[in-house]
Amino acid sequence: MIRRTLLKVCASTAMAAAVGLTMTLGAHAADTVKIGAVAPKTGPLAGGAVVTQWPNVELWVKQVNARGGLKLKDGQKKIELIEYDDKTNPAEHIKAVQRLATQDKVDFIVAPFGTGFNIAAAPIYAKYGYPQIAVSAISDKIEELTQRYPNLFFTLGTTTSFAEGVRDILVKMKNDGKIGNKIAMVNVADAFGIELADAARPLFKEAGFEIVYDKSYPLGTPDLSPVMKGAKASNPDAFVAWSYPPDTFALAEQAIIENLDVKAYYSAVATCFPAFGGKFGSKINGVLGAGGVNVSSDKMQAYRAAHKEITGKDADYWASANTYVSLQILEQAIEGVGSLDKEAVTQYIKDNTFDTIMGDIKFENQFSNKFWTVGQWQDGVFHGVSSVNVDGALPVIAKGGWN
Amino acid sequence: MEARWVGPVVGAVLFIVAALVPYVADGYWMSIAVTIAMYTALATSWALFSGPTHYISLASGAFFGIGGYLVATAMSDYQLSFWLMLFIAPIVSAVVAALIGFATLRLSGVYFVIFTLGLAEMIRNLVSWVQNNFLGSRGLYVLTDFTEDHIYWMLLAVCLAIFLFGWWLSRNRLGFALKIIGNDEEVAKHVGINTALSKVILFTTTGFFGALVGVIIAPRYSYIEPNQVFSPELSFLVVIMALLGGAHRLWGPLVGVIPFTLIWEAITISFPNSTTLFLGIAFLLIVYFIPNGFAGLIEKYWSRMRA
Repeated sequence: MIRRTLLKVCASTAMAAAVGLTMTLGAHAADTVKIGAVAPKTGPLAGGAVVTQWPNVELWVKQVNARGGLKLKDGQKKIELIEYDDKTNPAEHIKAVQRLATQDKVDFIVAPFGTGFNIAAAPIYAKYGYPQIAVSAISDKIEELTQRYPNLFFTLGTTTSFAEGVRDILVKMKNDGKIGNKIAMVNVADAFGIELADAARPLFKEAGFEIVYDKSYPLGTPDLSPVMKGAKASNPDAFVAWSYPPDTFALAEQAIIENLDVKAYYSAVATCFPAFGGKFGSKINGVLGAGGVNVSSDKMQAYRAAHKEITGKDADYWASANTYVSLQILEQAIEGVGSLDKEAVTQYIKDNTFDTIMGDIKFENQFSNKFWTVGQWQDGVFHGVSSVNVDGALPVIAKGGWN
Repeated sequence: MEARWVGPVVGAVLFIVAALVPYVADGYWMSIAVTIAMYTALATSWALFSGPTHYISLASGAFFGIGGYLVATAMSDYQLSFWLMLFIAPIVSAVVAALIGFATLRLSGVYFVIFTLGLAEMIRNLVSWVQNNFLGSRGLYVLTDFTEDHIYWMLLAVCLAIFLFGWWLSRNRLGFALKIIGNDEEVAKHVGINTALSKVILFTTTGFFGALVGVIIAPRYSYIEPNQVFSPELSFLVVIMALLGGAHRLWGPLVGVIPFTLIWEAITISFPNSTTLFLGIAFLLIVYFIPNGFAGLIEKYWSRMRA
């Protein structure tokens, strides 16, 4: 009896495997454009991807299909989306991209979410000739990477430009007499946090600031109250945290509890999330963070309204827009070429200027030097206050308490 | 042909077949082949220590991480070559394993399991702290011209080394001593076996091979983040795959890794939004119906066929 059941289990497992593998082989219809997307739905980066990446893919596909599909020379074709979860695991990601390229034979792929994943996947995109318009990837090695991978495009900026953005804002506030020259700086002791702190240290010193507190905390630290107490005890004029999403929230909470009295408070990733504003309300008025948008532009307002209507969620105030822009660029390039020729589409992206919700975008050496670096919560909206080549920055305000 | 040569000959043939895989597989199947080769190396080397001694080690993630992290730091911050690190990192990891072994393997099994459970996390925090406070970093990149084929062949060579080592161990005093320790440690002590030393030696080899695999995989990831290479999940996957195959045979983990990887893949494709749930169900069924692993199952049917 047991043996028979065992056989059944083995057989059904084998069946499931066979069904799974053949499912991807079938269902190829030439009247659609197949677009693949791999990003985390589970694991540590899923929290960011479900805010910034997935809703924009959904929004874009629905919008394009609603207007009848992509306009090609041989008629208009709707998009068929194939999505996989990479479980925030590089090995899983590589497998999934290979699957899209060789089994599903997709026509184009939405670039991955996260710096590491974009770089890990770049050799595969290059091998099969897919254009890779990376958004959520910030690096100081862009020149070397774009030379190595001729299909790879960067749109969100460099590590150093983010540190420079913060320096510029602090220098401006100092010159306006809003803050003194003492900075308390903390960072999460993980890849991006260490990189940013490393880039910022010399920049702050050269600009005449004194770093009175400089501490790191391990990734995943549940209690940040010692960090905040230490920062407060150093009596800073400005507080800068190179933080990841969970600690961005935890630090703000501690700053409110300790009533950290600074006129400039900055935390890096996820400060721009609508959930951050939703959680702390008016208390975080004046908080600075990585990113920003120009919400007053008509195109941006239309985009944010459509995002809310179609996905049911608010777009974040930073990379959501950039992600949507990358898809607009892909769409315009495919329609500009009028076919699904990957090489021609890649060349089109290199040669042309694109009309997007963030204005005109043009790549130079596969790098779009047009992005927000610092934003600030002002009356419930996270406005851009410092950028590289983007218009519409609002003047920065001094933080006035945590109420 | 004498029976004792059947194993090695079959093994040699399979190895040659495996070495030819890159000539027939496309990119997708290569990415699966690399995964299989990686876990075969890790699980087999795990089973060499944990199989006979019954000490469940959850340290694979720590050793793998040491390899990946050292090669990334050396290549991005000190411009050292990949090949040099392929040599150095496993030695560093073996030394770490030996130190841990001497500190914990005198204790009974439970303490050892608990200690290794936290090891990957501890080393990750330690290296992050050192890097943050003393070395600094502008991102850890491992940019090479290796393709999946190259990585696969390197991993295959590591697998071969582990199998040869295991084969040598099985007909050697050390291997025999470990079997006795696994059956009854008190008896082993009484017959004059230096139990602690034997265990430490084997644990050290696990550390060595774990880091070796970590170094080889690093170019595949290209950008190394400590929290991804020091993965506790990896430690558990290695144990699950080895037990699924059967840790009492040298080839046991291999017959666990292959079906596990394929089932995992099928589930990922068919249920992209609830992979973990279905994986859990598949795992429950396996543990319930195949308690001795696939190796036990194969042996049972093999002996029945011969009877």
